[in-house]
Amino acid sequence: MPSLRPRGSDDLGLRRALSDRLLPLLVASMVFLAAMALAGVIAAASLAQHWQGGAGALLTVQVPQPAAPGPSGVARAEAVAALLEHTRGIAARRLAADELAAVLKPWLGTDVGALSLDLPAVFEVRQLPGADTQHLAASLAPKLAQAAPDTLVERNSVWFDRLGVLARSLQASAALALLVVALVATALVAVATRAGLAARRDAIEIVYGLGATDRMIAGRFARRVTLLVFGGAMLGLLLAVPLLLGLATITAPFSPSLQQASQSADIFRTLPPLLWELLPVLPLTAAVIGWLTAQATVRAWLAGLP
Amino acid sequence: MVRLDGVGLRYGSGPDVLQDLNFSLPQGSFRWLLGASGAGKTSLLRLLTLAVRPTAGQLRVLGVEVHTARRRDLPRLRRQIGMVFQDFRLLSHLSAFDNVALPLRLAGRPEGQVRVDVGEMLRWVGLSKREMARPAELSGGEQQRVAIARAVIGRPALLLADEPTGNLDDKQAARLMQLLAELNRLGTTVVVATHNASLVRRHPARALHLDDGRLREYAEGMYA
Repeated sequence: MPSLRPRGSDDLGLRRALSDRLLPLLVASMVFLAAMALAGVIAAASLAQHWQGGAGALLTVQVPQPAAPGPSGVARAEAVAALLEHTRGIAARRLAADELAAVLKPWLGTDVGALSLDLPAVFEVRQLPGADTQHLAASLAPKLAQAAPDTLVERNSVWFDRLGVLARSLQASAALALLVVALVATALVAVATRAGLAARRDAIEIVYGLGATDRMIAGRFARRVTLLVFGGAMLGLLLAVPLLLGLATITAPFSPSLQQASQSADIFRTLPPLLWELLPVLPLTAAVIGWLTAQATVRAWLAGLP
Repeated sequence: MVRLDGVGLRYGSGPDVLQDLNFSLPQGSFRWLLGASGAGKTSLLRLLTLAVRPTAGQLRVLGVEVHTARRRDLPRLRRQIGMVFQDFRLLSHLSAFDNVALPLRLAGRPEGQVRVDVGEMLRWVGLSKREMARPAELSGGEQQRVAIARAVIGRPALLLADEPTGNLDDKQAARLMQLLAELNRLGTTVVVATHNASLVRRHPARALHLDDGRLREYAEGMYA
């Protein structure tokens, strides 16, 4: 492609028309916000996963008089254990005596064994990954009643479902914020490019009249805009990373994996690996947005020339 | 080379600035373009440099039907047309050298060749010592010489000039006419718009005389 001047020179006087101050600073702000929103998306996803997968039992099954024989003749607790073992999509575990004592400690004190109470057997039922257990409690209750009458089933997942909805809402809000930031950045670049076109209108018309093509002129603008946008984006990223590290350190106690990482000597491990992988994509995405927007804006403007 | 059939031009919804123009310019011809201020000379030159398209009639330039041509086909055609503007139209942020080099660089000439050709051209117009000066540092006459150098350096097939001697002294004007005559002799079609009657008398040639946007006469060898 022919050039107006040797490579690297400012053919159309764009250094003055597209200032290296305002646009990079605005883009830096946008990328800063985008980094925060991206961290929000990942954090919300991580919370949702944590709450849904590891935050506790789906059901709690209490079997009164566990040692007494049930309708089938075997001990009631064993009958329930067998039933749960053969139910698809779940994993059940009977709480050991010391675990049960720990649960009851606030009400019955430290020496539960000395009270000679006939404590129920308690089973903690968890959902296996990928299993559909939406109607589990309803379908399990009659079978349990048959195996061991008066067995209680408590459905704990109501809270986790609500937390899941909350996490997904947070995730959607953060993703929406990311989209809005991208749209605002696009608008910013378009406005800056149009201002540059207005400032260099005479120069553009002269080189256009001498035979410059749309591709050549749009390419010059796109190159300048991309350079400014990328520089601004890197600045925004550099400003965002320390803040994200600080926030991650503060919120680490809410996430066991981050808490573990925050206790290590390497502070950079405080942020999730996925975030480290995605953060460098922000300046590249900003540069692509800048290049495409500048190309489209300049070409649309040039289409008005004969 | 250039042919106009019933060509008219208006800007937006304004009145016709050119009406029903019918003439042709054979390859290697020389024409004066005459007429009072506001007669339409500059508009006709803008049509011929493809800065505007006709709003009526048919215009053919260097084998291309301009009224129907696609936009993307016009840059190549523009590179074959040289234009000296009355207001010079130099790029203020570029040196005299870079302004003159623009057409060659647009045509993709090697940089080494550009340096040789532009240096030679600037010497010819008497600006070899001012090649790094920007337009704001040059006098009106010097700027005009840069504009002339830029218009002719690419050896255009069609050369158009709007009052090219307006800021030149007699000696420079004579040198310019000598250059235009030489280019014309080598096959370039030349159209020069001027109010300078003595210049026309010294260089007799056929003239297009515009009056209120219409071609009144197609005179030869005289200033009408």
